[in-house]
Amino acid sequence: MNEPWWISLIKAFVIANLVLGAFAYLTLIERKVLARMHMRYGPNRVGPFGLLQPIADLIKLLRKASFFPAAGVDVLYVIAPALAGFTAIAAFAVIPWGPGWTIGDYYISGAVVDVPISLLLVFALGALGVYSFVIGGWASESKYSLLGSMRTCAQLVSYEVSFGLAVLGVVIMAGSLQLTEIVHEQQASMWYAAPQIVGFLCFFVAGVAETNRAPFDLPEAEQELVAGYHTEYGGMRFGLFQTAEYINMITLSALGVTLFFGGWSGPVLPGPIWFLLKLAIFIFVFMWLRATLPRLRYDQLMSLGWKVLLPVATLNAVVTAILVVAL
Amino acid sequence: MSIQPLPSFKGFGVTLRQIFRKPITQQYPEYKRPVYPRFRGRHRLNLHDNGLEKCVGCSLCAAACPADCIRVVAAENTPDNRVSAGERYARIYEINMSRCIFCGYCELACPFDAITLGNDYELSEYHRDDQIYTKEMLLAPPVKQTPVAEREPYDTPEPVWKTDS
Repeated sequence: MNEPWWISLIKAFVIANLVLGAFAYLTLIERKVLARMHMRYGPNRVGPFGLLQPIADLIKLLRKASFFPAAGVDVLYVIAPALAGFTAIAAFAVIPWGPGWTIGDYYISGAVVDVPISLLLVFALGALGVYSFVIGGWASESKYSLLGSMRTCAQLVSYEVSFGLAVLGVVIMAGSLQLTEIVHEQQASMWYAAPQIVGFLCFFVAGVAETNRAPFDLPEAEQELVAGYHTEYGGMRFGLFQTAEYINMITLSALGVTLFFGGWSGPVLPGPIWFLLKLAIFIFVFMWLRATLPRLRYDQLMSLGWKVLLPVATLNAVVTAILVVAL
Repeated sequence: MSIQPLPSFKGFGVTLRQIFRKPITQQYPEYKRPVYPRFRGRHRLNLHDNGLEKCVGCSLCAAACPADCIRVVAAENTPDNRVSAGERYARIYEINMSRCIFCGYCELACPFDAITLGNDYELSEYHRDDQIYTKEMLLAPPVKQTPVAEREPYDTPEPVWKTDS
């Protein structure tokens, strides 16, 4: 059941472009949705319904001068946003879109690469992505960037723990780290959102914090702070950081759909359609959250992460383990 | 830190409900909100009914201007070149719109009601030099017409903010 390498290559090309395109229009959709929730119109000037807005934004970012802090560390300064973008897109490689299809003599699996440790891979890439924030803030050689990157890292590292523990329940129930396998297990029993409701809530809260989204967007906190780790970045380098944040949000939503809502499974419609539908609902909830909740204070963020989320996630994992062994 | 989950979830309902309501944004270039009748905008220089300029070039407006943006150079009226009703007229009358703060002191200072503030506010230009409005521009009727709200509800003996609150 192995597929030739060039099919993976084509799939990687298609999905990378799909994710980037989805990201571009997600910025527009987010602005529109937020605007509607504020009783505004949102962008509606560039093209019909503002549909060309992402392209206009892209052109604006590309044409900006790519300035350089004089005291900055050249190589790392350039690498940081690229690393952020790379890890964000690469994590999408293991997300399964469907059960896999057989066309002619070839078998095409649902994900770009269907490795047995795909869940671990997503986490590893996410942890690697944190380095881009550290490096970006440090290489800028500016105290605001450094403080911003420390703020970001403290948040990401403390929520990474609960994030991983929240997923542990699902891993124990499915008995596999392979995302396709987890979906198959859910098809055999039920969506893990029901038995793992505590785990799902922990996963969601920690995930919002992991992707620096409101109400946990302290790394940026555009209203009260200087931008954070990307203070010294401009033009498309800044754009890459933003891209990475958005794609992380998509990846996290896709992970949530796969782990807790049965991934591609659903009646009548083909797998990828179901997957996209669930993904869209997930992302809408992210936007809804942003429109509704005010930003947390930093001490609230830390105490929520360590005093509430971590114990609850740990307890959830332990209880799940005991129940799985006992039953 | 007290966590109140239920009121937070009520907030989600509030934001979701707004999606189905009509936005209250006024789409500016297409829809111009009428300005108040006493809105102070672009200046105008006025003429008498017989076509003579009201301005006599006394420079009181320039003296009153806190932003120092008015420049007046006066000249004598002669029988064969009669521009204004008085003895002298403003040979040069310029207002630097990039400095003007639209306080209306020039209007108050003018003894002949020659300069008044109109209602137009779309005064952007591509070059700073274009911001200096000459006498011809100020005398001519404005190119852009700004919609003005009804005078009745606002022009009351008692100020609106006193009677209407």
